Amino acid sequence: MYKKNLLNLFICLFGFYPFLHLNGELRIEITQGLDKAVKIAVVPFAWRGKRNSPAKLDQIIANDLRISGRFEPLKKENMLSFPENESEIFVRDWRILGTEYLVFGHLEPNEVEVKLHFAIYDVAKAAIVRRRTVNGLPRELRDMAHYVSDQIFEVVTGTEGSFSTQIMYVTAEKSVGDKSLYALNIADSDGWGVRRILESEEPILSATWSPDSRAVAYVSFELDGRPGVFLHDLLTDKREVLTRFAGLNGAPSFSPDGKTLALVLSKDGNPDIYLLDLVTRDLRRITRHYGIDTEPSWSADGESIIFTSNRGGQPQIYQLRLEDLQIQRLTFEGDYNAKASLLRDGSALVMVHRRDGVFHIAMLNLQTGMLNVLTETSLDESPSVAPNGSLVIYATQENGEGILATVSVDGLVKFNLPSSSGDVREPAWSPNKKKIFEIFE
Amino acid sequence: MIFQGAKRFFGVTIPAFLLIGCASQGPEYAESTENLIEESVVQESYEPAAPRVEAGKLVVDSGDKSGGSQTLVGIFLFDFDQAIVRRAAHAELNKHASALAGDRFLRVRIEGHADERGTREYNLALGERRADAVRAYLVSQGASNSQIEVISYGEEKPIVSGKNERSWAKNRRVELVYR
Repeated sequence: MYKKNLLNLFICLFGFYPFLHLNGELRIEITQGLDKAVKIAVVPFAWRGKRNSPAKLDQIIANDLRISGRFEPLKKENMLSFPENESEIFVRDWRILGTEYLVFGHLEPNEVEVKLHFAIYDVAKAAIVRRRTVNGLPRELRDMAHYVSDQIFEVVTGTEGSFSTQIMYVTAEKSVGDKSLYALNIADSDGWGVRRILESEEPILSATWSPDSRAVAYVSFELDGRPGVFLHDLLTDKREVLTRFAGLNGAPSFSPDGKTLALVLSKDGNPDIYLLDLVTRDLRRITRHYGIDTEPSWSADGESIIFTSNRGGQPQIYQLRLEDLQIQRLTFEGDYNAKASLLRDGSALVMVHRRDGVFHIAMLNLQTGMLNVLTETSLDESPSVAPNGSLVIYATQENGEGILATVSVDGLVKFNLPSSSGDVREPAWSPNKKKIFEIFE
Repeated sequence: MIFQGAKRFFGVTIPAFLLIGCASQGPEYAESTENLIEESVVQESYEPAAPRVEAGKLVVDSGDKSGGSQTLVGIFLFDFDQAIVRRAAHAELNKHASALAGDRFLRVRIEGHADERGTREYNLALGERRADAVRAYLVSQGASNSQIEVISYGEEKPIVSGKNERSWAKNRRVELVYR
């Protein structure tokens, strides 16, 4: 009873559940979509509570599907009916509209939680292909909408959706005078729910997620203006300096089991790759070369590390087998290949590639040796692959400002995420979903 | 010979750091110098003013006996993806090196930078390479490693923001910042 009153007070004060109205810093614009996107109708979800629905779940879902570039959601005003269950569906109506899939459902709030029932209906089969009920807190309504989007994506494309994941990125704004304000932010995959986890007047860069998405590591120059590698627990907000040696402290990358951090130090004379055991704090140097070795990234099996090195004269990608420290060169095309990461299945790597003096995001198929340039803009950098392996988010420039953009791994679907505040850079896709909902039915 | 060499060394060095250490004690410094130097040929003919630091820049004697001073250029440019000190920079770097060699209390921070092209971590490493190249050159010309601190900012602190070759060329730099 007390809880309910508190909630009502909140609603009275702010009109709605206030946390649902956090403004997104990133806006999403599709720059290139598929010619044959799947036509889908997301029917407004009925809210079976005393008050108005605090969030338009159908709009969040339709927006997710639209920005994936693979769907064409039907506008609400073009729908002939708003069915809430299977018996209310007039299949002929939807076939006339060319709708291939229909999503409908309703929400049942109680004092504490909200229960969401939804179904995905295949118009051609005239049958429900997935039906689920999940429970969440009122503040998790956006997360519930992203959950539905993931289910739709999976049912229709056969690939796991990535709408429930998060994106971490760095912003840089000019503040007073000549000073800059750097910030590390985490947002939902649709750019909403921005959480600022660190601000500094000195550079912040190379932020990376732990495999369980509970912690992040990054480079911050906040200590006397010199770089240090930090570990930041996202649940407790506790921070720890992992390394602050003389010279470079950079490019952290968690091993797949989360126990080891690969990073770059130059304390022994030049930039080399080291492994830091996060339990024992033992430090082990794994490359020894007078050239630059940097940007380590692990293979999914944890048995090798790929990295950027200019040991051949220009930056190229190499692979180091941890068992015997054998090094093999992976890239030969182009005079600048850097910051590579392997797809989860190890079949290809995504990297920054320079061609004719222009920096692109490219994918190298390691089996066929085929190099596929995914982006057409210039100054593209920091590619990060979505956990489902279908999208790459990267940093690029628009009108002289750093923005984030996404491209599908086949290069067919592209969208931009312009920001309302300064330069946006170095996106990193979370390896896990923000919230896992328990399925009831 | 060895003794004479030592005298010459002290003759140049000691006045410089006494000036920094006891700037308000001019007369005492003059006395103690006289005691140390018997044949102060250098001072009789021409005594260069000690280098001083102004807003991070080094101001040295102009070296033409006019008593004037000059502010040394503290920014040195590099080619794309290169960390080789350009030959054209040697003359100015030599002046920095001799000032550092002449005053062991002088401290300099060598900041390495890159243009915005390419990846951030590679550019941090490249910036360090550039700063290291300048450090090695200054040391080869008489400066001491203990006077020098090296830091790389990579592409994080550009001097100009343009997206063209002219701007990029200005940002691929090493800056000498004195304290």
